[in-house]
Amino acid sequence: MGMTMTQKILAAHAGLPEVHAGDLIEAKLDIVLGNDVTTPVAIGEFEKAGFTEVFDKDKIVITLDHYTPCKDIKSAELCKIARDFAREQNITHFYDVGTVGIEHALLPEQGIVGPGDCVIGADSHTCTYGALGAFSTGVGSTDMAAGMASGLNWFKVPQAIKVELKGKLQPFVSGKDVILHLIGEIGVDGALYQSLEFTGEGVSELSMDDRFTISNMAIEAGGKNGIFPVDEKTIEYITNRFEREPVIFEADEDAEYARTVTIDLSELKPTVSLPHLPSNTKTVDEVAGMPIQQVVIGSCTNGRMSDMRAAAAIIKGKKVADGVRCIVIPATQDIYMECLEEGIIKTFIEAGCAVSTPTCGPCLGGHMGVMAAGERAVTTTNRNFVGRMGHTESEVILASPAVAAASAVAGCVACPEA
Amino acid sequence: MIRGKVWKFGDHVDTDVIIPARYLNAPEPSELAKHCMEDIDASFAGTVQSGDIMVGGWNFGCGSSREHAPVAIQASGISCVIAASFARIFYRNSINIGFPILECPEASEAIKAGDIITVDTKAGVITDETTGETFQAKPFPPFIEKIIEKGGLLPYLKGKEA
Repeated sequence: MGMTMTQKILAAHAGLPEVHAGDLIEAKLDIVLGNDVTTPVAIGEFEKAGFTEVFDKDKIVITLDHYTPCKDIKSAELCKIARDFAREQNITHFYDVGTVGIEHALLPEQGIVGPGDCVIGADSHTCTYGALGAFSTGVGSTDMAAGMASGLNWFKVPQAIKVELKGKLQPFVSGKDVILHLIGEIGVDGALYQSLEFTGEGVSELSMDDRFTISNMAIEAGGKNGIFPVDEKTIEYITNRFEREPVIFEADEDAEYARTVTIDLSELKPTVSLPHLPSNTKTVDEVAGMPIQQVVIGSCTNGRMSDMRAAAAIIKGKKVADGVRCIVIPATQDIYMECLEEGIIKTFIEAGCAVSTPTCGPCLGGHMGVMAAGERAVTTTNRNFVGRMGHTESEVILASPAVAAASAVAGCVACPEA
Repeated sequence: MIRGKVWKFGDHVDTDVIIPARYLNAPEPSELAKHCMEDIDASFAGTVQSGDIMVGGWNFGCGSSREHAPVAIQASGISCVIAASFARIFYRNSINIGFPILECPEASEAIKAGDIITVDTKAGVITDETTGETFQAKPFPPFIEKIIEKGGLLPYLKGKEA
């Protein structure tokens, strides 16, 4: 019996000729990631267990992106713990305010992760790098500590759901609509303990940014990882970024899948997830007109260059509606700079948006856009759980950058083509 | 053997309600415990007794990778979590910190809030003393049992190194 793409990457990193779904294996890690929320806890566990040195200073990435620039003294203390550790251990890939970007936009952009890698990150959206053909999954702080100490971690080999993509996206429909649609179809635990393996002729129609968005939200279907095959677009993306030799894995012809889900990209419409679960999806035309008070365009899901361009194209020459706060957060410094060069920042500011330095802030209700009771936001982020962006009686509607921008201008949930 | 009173929760209990992000800037277990479950049951942190048991539905612990979630539950005094299923990162995090969790859809369905139950975590046997019913949870694979026996992943790794 053949192996899935994920299984082949795991087998190679475990030094085994083959692995099967359900096997418990120990695999070598190419990259171990943490942020300012999870790294201090990992450092505490690392030191408590008596470890003094990381296994490889080049293979650990620490990004201070969640509560930065620090929102309060407690956050500043946490960042200091991570900063001191990074300095002591001489960590190569340490990103602080001024160079930091939102981790899952930053690592691919800086060429730190690439095809064939086995990556863990103490952040659930670490699954993003599956877009590059890597095995990449979110773990906790103790896992990060173990990874930092040994360069190894344990995994249960997952089964996979094959997601067969066909057709081509319509205008104003993006990777975000694909993944929201899929989560709506299979549910928030539809891929629990499983991989989502994207395949089919439709893959080549998706930009890398679309693929990052799709892989990013695999966790919102409960998935262990969400992975794309490596094609010309992947190679073009990693060229002049990724310095290691990419290793290209392909699923075997006779790989066994738990099931197959087929999505015709050409049939998808702009989609949103209503409160309070990402699986609570509707097409925008079904819910257009719901009043909103806030829009957030950014995050590890949708803070990339094509997201900024899609939002700016809709906002250009218009004004954010009265009574709406529109917060735009380019995910990295390079994206911010590119937005400046293209005049996109000017477009946002002229329309009445607030533009911020990279931070995860509002997505998790940390800072930079926390909501009061009774308020509702359309956001390009990834979770709409109770209290996610502030008060437990506030509401988050997940959407694409195009829908978020159209909603900011309309003052209510709105379709970009309308 | 663990014995305690049941706190019952529903399906898809996410890590944002287990411990909201606004409290993640103070990760000491005792601080996290003060706000555990606050957004779903404001009375929980103030009234939970040491040894009590939490019973959830499907996909317990979904969402963020924050290890602060099982840490908060453990520090609140909860001795064990039983659920129909667990989100995978919460599952690993619990094992990695040596916190007992058991997957048992039947127990999750039948056990009611306030019941007194006993749990043999090693054998995976759950007994509802209030109703007299007994349930068998899925046993852990031997590898995971070893991690739990050692008190978590890092003590296990350190032991292997020695």
